[in-house]
Amino acid sequence: MQLTPEDITAIWLSLKIALTATALALPFGFAIAWLIVFKTFRAKIVLEVLINLPLTLPPVVIGYFLLLLLGKNGWFGQLLNASGLPIIFTWKAAVIASATVGFPLLVRSIRLGMEAIDLQLIAASRSLGASWSDSLFTIILPLSLKGIIAGSSLMFARSLGEFGATIIVAGNIPGVTQTIPLAIYDYASSPSSGKMALSLCMVSVVISVVVLLIYEVLGKQLDRRNLQ
Amino acid sequence: MKLKINLEKKLGRFFLQVDENISGDKIGVFGDSGCGKSTLVNCIAGLLTPDKGEIWLDEQCLFSSKTGINISPELRSISIVFQRPMLFPHLSVQSNLFYGYNRCRVENRRIMPDILIDLLKLQPLLKRGVENLSGGEKQRVALGRAILASPRLLLMDEPLSALDNTLRFQIIPYLSSVSEEFHIPYMFISHSLTEMQLMTKQVLVLNNGQIEEQDTPEGLARNRMAKSQNGYRNLLRLSNPVHQNGLFLYRWGSNNLLISDGELNKEALFELSSRDIILFKNHPDAISARNLLSCTVIELFRSGDRIGVVLSVTGEKLVAEIVRSAAEELQIITGSTTFIAIKASSFRRLS
Repeated sequence: MQLTPEDITAIWLSLKIALTATALALPFGFAIAWLIVFKTFRAKIVLEVLINLPLTLPPVVIGYFLLLLLGKNGWFGQLLNASGLPIIFTWKAAVIASATVGFPLLVRSIRLGMEAIDLQLIAASRSLGASWSDSLFTIILPLSLKGIIAGSSLMFARSLGEFGATIIVAGNIPGVTQTIPLAIYDYASSPSSGKMALSLCMVSVVISVVVLLIYEVLGKQLDRRNLQ
Repeated sequence: MKLKINLEKKLGRFFLQVDENISGDKIGVFGDSGCGKSTLVNCIAGLLTPDKGEIWLDEQCLFSSKTGINISPELRSISIVFQRPMLFPHLSVQSNLFYGYNRCRVENRRIMPDILIDLLKLQPLLKRGVENLSGGEKQRVALGRAILASPRLLLMDEPLSALDNTLRFQIIPYLSSVSEEFHIPYMFISHSLTEMQLMTKQVLVLNNGQIEEQDTPEGLARNRMAKSQNGYRNLLRLSNPVHQNGLFLYRWGSNNLLISDGELNKEALFELSSRDIILFKNHPDAISARNLLSCTVIELFRSGDRIGVVLSVTGEKLVAEIVRSAAEELQIITGSTTFIAIKASSFRRLS
């Protein structure tokens, strides 16, 4: 197994992008899941469709839309350019691409966790003097922790594998925006680098296994804490 | 405690309409499942918003559709004990107990946690998680948690119906002693007449979303004697029996009662159906029933086609039930003396 310095950079970049995307998406994912589970409003179905859209759309399509939005001529891109913060073809674009593609997975898991909470527990906390925000942080948040962990791991893993949207908005620049899948793609396209591709594939497998292990261990710990 | 409720609430095809002034500290709400008891509780606690009307607790308006007042549940200081304990699964017993206490303003705290923990015998449970407590322990924690929030009113929404019979009557003394000790008025919701008799002083009968009548639990039990499967249920709290020929001999006032079921050195609650008491005009020489007592008729009441005979057995009260023709034959009138026979096996031990 051999890794070039570019490969190492790609690995770190992948981890950085996946971690940033997950961390950024988490509060929004929690808020959206809360809205969908506990609130009734008219546009709920529209919100649900919108949230789940990236799950069914080809990532390339999402990448293309993001390019239109964030690119030089996109309305958001113009705003960013004017403020001297170009995003396109930087690692930040890869974060946005990953966050968009992984978001539905995150929301879905948190939502499942929240839906399992007995509404009377929330009623009990309210009648014991907790305001809705107090109840949100002391009852809903800890009780949906398992869903949050599941969603975060799923999203983190999905971000590591993100290819289609990333290559469109962030490009494939070694050392700058080249993540593990993009590097593997490069290696796989040249006939002599089969071994190099395989090395990176092994790294991918190892990272995925570690993520799954962490998820299992955290989940078990949560269960044990409740059964003292 | 004074509660003024005038509200309407539609939930699907169900319609709750209540217009009632209630005052007292031990209020019962009696009715079958689906009659609107829980909807009423949720409206009082602020967990459901009525479509229309007003709710006043003492001098404070909790809800008014006219003036737009709707105090949120956390500011009403009304605690609820639900049918299921609803303990927070991620918190220890101690953190559950103090959840409301910690959120109660210091100047409003009226309960000494140590006294309550003692009273409910929760000390050995404090450090444990809530998932592996027994059903009765869980409900005791839930009760303690509700009380520690120092509520102005405690709503108990069928707090015993998820427990088995033995446990149910073990919890009742806790429920009433805790609210008495700390002077917390309560509203006790149940479909069990026995629980109403044990827990409340006055009962609202809720049927199909409407309050049908307001009565004392005694009045309610008498009215329902003819319809009820077990007639009128006499409740006897007896203690410290001695063994006698395979039976338990209990003291009941200045009388002795022989009962087939019992437990030494323990207090027990017995139920005796009005239909299991046989009346005699004269002293029968020998009968198989183990309890033969002389008593005075102090009151007669009608319930459907039956006659309820309220008897005084040297100061203790019992209600027997007979058909009208029997009353005529035995010439039972207020003040007459009669004998009653009760089989030792007729007493049903509740706890």
